[in-house]
Order: sequence, then structure tokens, then C-alpha cells
Amino acid sequence: MTWVRRGGLANLLFLLPLLLIFGIFSWWPIIDSFVISLQHTNFVVTTWANPFWSNFTFVFNDPTFAIAVRNTAYFAGLALVLGYPVPLVLAVIMSEVKRAKGLFSVLAYLPVVIPPVVSVLLWKSSFYDASATGVFNTILGWFHIPPQPWIQDPLTAMPSLVLEATWAAAGGTIIIYLAALTNVAPELYDAAEVDGAGIWKKIWHVTLPQLRGILLITFILQIIGTAQVFLEPYLFTKGGPVQATETVLLLVYQYAFQSSDGGSNLGAATALSLMLAACLAILSAIYFRATRGWSQN
Amino acid sequence: MTFTPVVSPDEVVLGQKPVTPRRQRELRKSKVRVVQDAGADRGIVSSADWRRPGVRFPLATMQLVLLILLVVVGLLPILWLIKSALTDTQDTLTQPIAIFPHGITWDNVAQAFGINIQIQNYFLNTIWVAAGEWVVQIVVATTGGYALSILKPKYGKVITAMVLATLFLPAIVLLIPLYLTILHPLVIGGSLLNTFWAVWLPSGASAFNVVLVMRFFDSLPREIFEAAETDGAGPFRLFWLIVLPMSKPILGVVTVFAIINAWKDFLWPLLVLPGGSNPASIQPLSVRLPSIEGTTELGPLLASLTISTLIPIVLFLVFQRTFLSGGGFGGAVKG
Repeated sequence: MTWVRRGGLANLLFLLPLLLIFGIFSWWPIIDSFVISLQHTNFVVTTWANPFWSNFTFVFNDPTFAIAVRNTAYFAGLALVLGYPVPLVLAVIMSEVKRAKGLFSVLAYLPVVIPPVVSVLLWKSSFYDASATGVFNTILGWFHIPPQPWIQDPLTAMPSLVLEATWAAAGGTIIIYLAALTNVAPELYDAAEVDGAGIWKKIWHVTLPQLRGILLITFILQIIGTAQVFLEPYLFTKGGPVQATETVLLLVYQYAFQSSDGGSNLGAATALSLMLAACLAILSAIYFRATRGWSQN
Repeated sequence: MTFTPVVSPDEVVLGQKPVTPRRQRELRKSKVRVVQDAGADRGIVSSADWRRPGVRFPLATMQLVLLILLVVVGLLPILWLIKSALTDTQDTLTQPIAIFPHGITWDNVAQAFGINIQIQNYFLNTIWVAAGEWVVQIVVATTGGYALSILKPKYGKVITAMVLATLFLPAIVLLIPLYLTILHPLVIGGSLLNTFWAVWLPSGASAFNVVLVMRFFDSLPREIFEAAETDGAGPFRLFWLIVLPMSKPILGVVTVFAIINAWKDFLWPLLVLPGGSNPASIQPLSVRLPSIEGTTELGPLLASLTISTLIPIVLFLVFQRTFLSGGGFGGAVKG
């Protein structure tokens, strides 16, 4: 009874909701994913995979797997080229705004609060309309540029997806950089000026080094996020045209819920998602090890 | 795939005076004085730089260009969506940029509420999803945060570590096993498929909320708890009468993001709320919109998209500070 009197029971009662919810909907599924990846399951019958790695070999032997990996890397790469420098440049200019700074932030953040499904359907149904009277094609017409096929051509489909995804996400990164920029100690700029630094030198020698930590984190977080891209390829193109936007997560979804043989291959889907998670974990570990020296001031 | 705020506890200051417009003016004045006195609160460009025309004109031009760019990229798409929701489909298809070539029509909106789309049902479902997720998230985060950060049982460190560990896990790992858990939940029993519980309960397993609330609780002054204990308050009264009332700022943050996330979620409700024979009774907007996309005319579709965006935009405009004070690491990494 001393355990109860010391508050042991109260502690447990307060922890109960957290333990139940995390236990059932987080910790158990994590463990279960390893089990499922070694099983053949189709919601009805469950048997152990034989040999136990057969789900993994099934994924490796699927010709779509290589395509999905290549497309996901392409999406992540394009998203980095487009989406990584732009928010930084915009945030640096915005941080020097004297009046109505709040207006700039609100405008930049607006696309982030639009529900992603709404954004994609708006772009798909109107902006990326491939006819000459689509929104973007009309605007291109003002500059005598011929209509583009956007998401309907295998070549332009993926860049179109990246463009929309970058538009939808850039505001969040801008706000993070703005917060980091206001934390740069003004004395550092004063000191740089005493040493005769101009604006570019101040950016290069003060601003960027001061943002180093946050820049390193947003870089790897963006890769982790874009490697799991699902919404855009699923809603825009369903992986098409001719598998040009088939991504790893889309393949996971298709294995589990729209298998070509009519059943569902949960084992393969889980095996593939575990492989993706392992790749991301290894990548992050290497990244943080390699950049450990830079992130400290 | 979720969207999470980053707020440090020092931004949510305790016992802060309510910031009335008058006080805002006072604060601004005092800030200006400090600036003049010490030359602090500056950015890359010094006031001396600003006085040089060679710096001032390019910089001012650049800022103006940026403002125009932000209006075009941030505001115009939304205005275009609202405009097209009130324009006849044929007009939008043939002259997408023209502003109301044949006047405003409310036909699209009427159709969105009509028998084929029934946007109002899906709107209510979304509110219901958000409300339930909010309750579950608040209960788990406050009780758990209180136990781990204030009561601090011996085994608390292990649980905190286990909660933190889930932060670093890509959401994808959980997708299939979580789906199977919904079909055959441990402890609860019986399938949760096509019930609101299937979206409500898993939303509570947000390590982010727990960390946020724990960091806030950690910043509360210990003396208050000790005084309350001396006065004979047990752990339950301490929680209900002292800790919860003090936590309003952080609960506000959790609330706003719970609602926004419920509005944004797509893949998970798509999987666990397939709808069966009566999708209008259970599916949220995010699942409904793609399914009407192929069968609906452009005008009513755009009207439905507009209606689906209203609440998030209003929330954002009202709670700007919550969103913009370092808001949205998740927003930056969303796939």
C-alpha cells in the first residue's frame, strides 16, 4: 500500500491514456511491421513466408521497383534543386523588410494552409489544364510560348509535380529561416562592419554560418519528406503517364490495396516500406556523421 | 505527412499581460527607443547602408519585386479559385483569366450543396474528425505530459525515450501495420474500419504533442507545485486546478494544429474510411474531393474546393502568430 500512498497509482493512472494510445497505435505496429514483412498476408489468410526473405526478393524482382526508386530519387533531387535555395533567398530578403513584414510572411505562408488535396485538385483541374485555354497555358500564351502538356507527358509530369509540391511547402521553410535570421546576434554584423565587410560579405561570413545548423537540418528533413511523396503522384497522375511518376510510396499503396492479381500483398508492401525506412535511417546517420564538424559553431 | 509546430516554451510566456492594442503601441514605442539608444535590433543591412543610394534603390526594388511575387504566388491562386467558384464553367474553361465575363453565378455553390456532391455532409464529417482528434490529442498529451514531466515516476525516463523514438520514425513504416491494427485492434477488439475511432485514436499517438506539452510543463515554476502539495493538494487536484489552467497557451497551440492537421490528412482517412454504402456519413472532405473530381463539372468542383478551404484560411488569419512563430517544421518536409 505504500506504493499507492506515494502516488504510484496516480502516476500510472495519468500515464494510462498515453501508454494505451502509443502502445496500440505506435509501438505495437512498429514491432508488427517486422513480423508482417516475413509473412504472406492478404487480410484473410496469413502464412509465414518461405524462405523468410521471399517478400524482399519479390520486391527486388518487380520491374516496377527500380522505376519507383529512380522516380522517387528524381522527385527528391528536383525538389532539392528547386525547393532548397528558394526559401533561403526569399527569407534573407524578407528579413530586411522594414515595414509590413507581417504581410510578407502571411502571403508566403498562405499556400501552406490550403489543404493539400485542394491544392492538387486546383492545379490538376485548372492550372495544369493541357489545352490552350488552361490557366498556365493562357499565361504562357501572353509570352508566345506554345501550350505545355504539364502532367500529361512523361517528360514534364514529374517536374510539374515538383513545382506544385514546392509551391505548397516553401512557405513553411521560409518561416523557419525567418525565425533563425532574427536570432542572429546584431553585434556580429556590427563587428563585421568594423572589419569593413560589405553586404555580400556580411551574408557570406555572418548570416550563412549563423544559419548553418538549421540549414543542415532542413536539408535532411526535406529529403526524408520528399522520399515519402505520395499525395502528388497519387492524385495528379496515379503514377502515370507510363509510370513516369510511379514512386516508392505509391508502390507500397498498390502492393497493399490494388494488387494487379486482385488480392493484396501486405507482406511485400511492408517489406518495401521497411527498406525505405532503413535507407532513410542509414542516410541520416551518414549525413549527421559527415556534417558533425560543421554544425557546431 | 503531418504538419507540426515548433514552439519553444519561452515563446509562450507565463502570466504575460494581455497584449491590448494600447499595450502594443507602448511596446513598439519602447522598442523604438531601445533601437535609437543602442543601435540594436538590426539585420544584415545597417542603417548607414540604407542611407547609401547604391544600396537603397536596388534593395527597395528587390523588396517590391518580392512583394509582387508573393502576391502572385501566395494570394492570386486563392483569389482565382474563389473567382472561378462563382463563374460559369464554360467561362472558366474558355477564358480562365477573365474576371466574371458574364457576371457572378451562385449555381456552382448550389450544386456543391446539391444531391450529387452534398458538400455539407462531408464538411460536418471533417469537423467531427477534427473535434474527436482534438479531444484525444489533448487528453493524451496533457495527462502523459503531466505524469512524465511533473509527477516523474522512476520508469518515466524509459517511457519518454520510447515516445521520443517514434519522432524519428518515417510515417511510412506504420502504414500497413497500423491499418491491420485498425482491423483487429489489441485490447479494444472488433474492427474500427469505417468508424471515426479509426482516425481519432491513432492521432493521439503524436510524440510531437507530448514533447511540446512536456517542454512547457518543464518551464513551469516548481515552487507552485510544492506550495500546492503543502496545502494538501493531491496529484489530481494539482493537475485539474493548477497545471491545466496554467497551460492555456500551449493547449491553444496544440488545438490549432490538431484542427489544421485533421483538415489536411488524406492518406490515412482514405484507407480507414472507405465509406461502404454511405460515404456521406463518414468521409471527410479530403477523401471526398478526389472521388467527385472525375464526375463533376469544373465549376461545382471549384466551388467545393473553395468551401473546403474556408476554415483553414480563417483559422490561419485569426491565429497568425501561432502559425508564424516558427510554425511548421512538418510543413517544410511534407512529401
